[in-house]
Amino acid sequence: MAAMLQSLGVTSASVTSNKFTAFSINSLPVIRSESRTVSVAINGTRKAGKVTTKAVAAQAENPTSAASKPGHELLLFEALREGLEEEMDRDPRVCVFGEDVGHYGGSYKVTKGLADKYGDLRVLDTPIAENSFTGMAVGAAMTGLRPIVEGMNMGFLLLAFNQISDNCGMLHYTSGGQFTIPTVIRGPGGVGRQLGAEHSQRLESYFQSIPGIQMVACSTPYNAKGLMKAAIRSENPVVLFEHVLLYNLKERIPDEEYVLSLEEAEMVRPGEHVTILTYSRMRYHVMQAAKTLVNKGYDPEVIDIRSLKPFDLYTIGNSVKKTHRVLIVEECMRTGGIGASLTASINENFHDYLDAPIVCLSSQDVPTPYAGTLEEWTVVQPAQIVTAVEQLCKQ
Amino acid sequence: MALYLPFLRRRIGFLGMMNSTLSNFKTSVLSEKNSITTLSDFCNSFSRRFYSNKADKQFDFIHNGGDSKELNFPGGIVKFTSELKFLADVPEERIHCYRVLDDSGQLISNNFVQVDKEIAVKMYKDMVMLQTMDTIFYEAQRQGRISFYLTANGEEAINIASAAALSMDDLVFPQYREAGVLLWRGFTLQEFANQCFGNKDDNGKGRQMPIHYGSNKHNYFTVASTVATQISHAVGAAYSLKMDGRDACTITYFGDGGTSTGDFHAALNFAAVMEVPVIFFCRNNGWAISTPVSDQFRSDGIVVRGKAYGIRSIRVDGNDALAVFSAVCMARTIAIRESKPVLIEALAYRAGHHSTSDDSSKYRPIEEIEWWREAQNPVTRFREWLRGEGLWTTQAETELRDSARKEVLHAIQVAEKVEKPTVKEIFTDVYDVLPSNLRDQEKSLRETIERHSQDYPIDVPL
Repeated sequence: MAAMLQSLGVTSASVTSNKFTAFSINSLPVIRSESRTVSVAINGTRKAGKVTTKAVAAQAENPTSAASKPGHELLLFEALREGLEEEMDRDPRVCVFGEDVGHYGGSYKVTKGLADKYGDLRVLDTPIAENSFTGMAVGAAMTGLRPIVEGMNMGFLLLAFNQISDNCGMLHYTSGGQFTIPTVIRGPGGVGRQLGAEHSQRLESYFQSIPGIQMVACSTPYNAKGLMKAAIRSENPVVLFEHVLLYNLKERIPDEEYVLSLEEAEMVRPGEHVTILTYSRMRYHVMQAAKTLVNKGYDPEVIDIRSLKPFDLYTIGNSVKKTHRVLIVEECMRTGGIGASLTASINENFHDYLDAPIVCLSSQDVPTPYAGTLEEWTVVQPAQIVTAVEQLCKQ
Repeated sequence: MALYLPFLRRRIGFLGMMNSTLSNFKTSVLSEKNSITTLSDFCNSFSRRFYSNKADKQFDFIHNGGDSKELNFPGGIVKFTSELKFLADVPEERIHCYRVLDDSGQLISNNFVQVDKEIAVKMYKDMVMLQTMDTIFYEAQRQGRISFYLTANGEEAINIASAAALSMDDLVFPQYREAGVLLWRGFTLQEFANQCFGNKDDNGKGRQMPIHYGSNKHNYFTVASTVATQISHAVGAAYSLKMDGRDACTITYFGDGGTSTGDFHAALNFAAVMEVPVIFFCRNNGWAISTPVSDQFRSDGIVVRGKAYGIRSIRVDGNDALAVFSAVCMARTIAIRESKPVLIEALAYRAGHHSTSDDSSKYRPIEEIEWWREAQNPVTRFREWLRGEGLWTTQAETELRDSARKEVLHAIQVAEKVEKPTVKEIFTDVYDVLPSNLRDQEKSLRETIERHSQDYPIDVPL
């Protein structure tokens, strides 16, 4: 199981791993990113007085008394469901389309219980035709509903590529702004545990060029709930990438309502020596490597970019200007992945601030093999990250 | 008996793996349901499934009887037979075609929905206007004034009569040969011309090719060049109408070629399963660019496919305005009252070329085109009927043709002179608000234009 970032105040690991040790609570100071005014007003994401940009909910002051901490503990898939449920309560136009999302509750239980609560008109089980139920969501969105399309596995949404790129992304533009398409397209992707090549796709690579859509990737229960809510409230089509192996992460999240920004990155660990940019599951491999690096005397700054389209160049830029070295760790393949785009973007905008060429660690350009050991070596491991940082800092 | 859901089978292996690897994934895949059913009961209790926002009932197990003449298979009771016989691939006779007027516009039956006099006359006038618009815009493309055009020659009755049978609340999801529907709903000639010229008065802001009209005011969804994608949009929109409980339906048009796509199949299937108020209108005009229907499918047209999906269907004479009107009227009633989809196949002939980029004499004989244009002209047939009813005269005809021509020419002349949209419109509406990367790209473009102003067209305002 992926290495887990324990939220402060939670002492027991809910998911044990035989490969990676759970983190010790005190080794990771949690940082609040500064609230800053964003020139673009995004509905519902800024609440007066709420600090919505906290990286992790609870703070480091008193980690021992778990029971008296505010907030509640839950797993990532439950956080997604909570966000979904709150939005469905709040707005009767929100509905869910997908395979087995209704009475079955979804293959990863994200929609469990929702069909019983809202009826099967709002949580709709569709036949197996991804292009068509995505097309249906486009049609429903143009007529006033706010549908959420669940791909049972993101890879299946390749069948819906035509509808997503030519219609979802374009109709707002080609109709001259007359029709809006406020859909959310979500589902689990990424490399799992021996799921085979077809079920280990990283769609963010393929979708990143489509004009008109936004892409975000969640990695913790806190940001999963916040991003889900933000995506539902957004007027643009948003693709929310979840990861198959992160659904059982446990964290304590606030009881109060909060919505995160779709365009912001998350500062996971501030540092001075090198900027490590990552997202989704690789965040945990990076933090695992960070522990080793700290022991070796390095001070890496880790940023979970979260927003895959557009990139939060403000946060990333500030970090580059501070550390002058960049390492990108991603699960996408080397060719045409998010890392490739991000490298180009940083080179273009912050070239003068770089002391060394950007290093990008990604998966190889191969379909993911089934055999466990082979699969492990197509994914970037903490040891590789440590080596890369050491080499980067030598230059 | 295990829970047998065919679409789950593909996933079981994959989910089984998830079960063993995610140690905290407590709930077993199959233990969710505490009562086990056969798929037929599942389906039977779900036949009224999508009708409310309330929670659903539990479903019970029904025992199979000991009768050996029939069996309660998944999907329903099926009787057995000893005959080893295959269903025919080709029927002896094609499904009959509903018609009200004969070739010369005389009524051959009284079995049709009566049309109000004013509506009938408006129908005719709009059919003539559509013809005129098509002719003149086509000529304008040939003169190089617009870049592209696509006519509805031979399908005027399909366009106008179907539009006339609907209400303004019904949502239209067109393919591209249904400008007449928009014309009926009140889109002005000037608006048509503005879209074709892509000027700043175009409500699409100059972003699409000519004939890709769209108007939310008229409930006409913007034409997209992708074939048959609008069919699933129509189903989704019908679904939202059903959720709202509105007294309206959606209608979607597509050609014979469009029925070969995956979107067509899945959308019809969905609509039947979910029971939504949508009218599927197929314009079977015999040609998909250069592909004749015999190369497109081997079924008896499209009408027989309705049965395959469990959808009521009808074949009508697409050149008969009264027949089309009646069929769409009835279809609308069925769709809304029963919240079920309906399939209409209108047989017609594409009397013009596919578009201005096509010369159909290359793949079909000119005599064939001429014959259909003269002998089966929908406008002529309807006119003869109107004349017989005393609603139309030769004088009115001449006046109408003259004024229509003048109006269209005027609209073109005006549209040609209007400015194009500004450079700003390249970047707006991609998202609801302009994000930083697009702001940077706009700035960069403007700088380039300033630096190399001689390389950029002078009639595009900045």
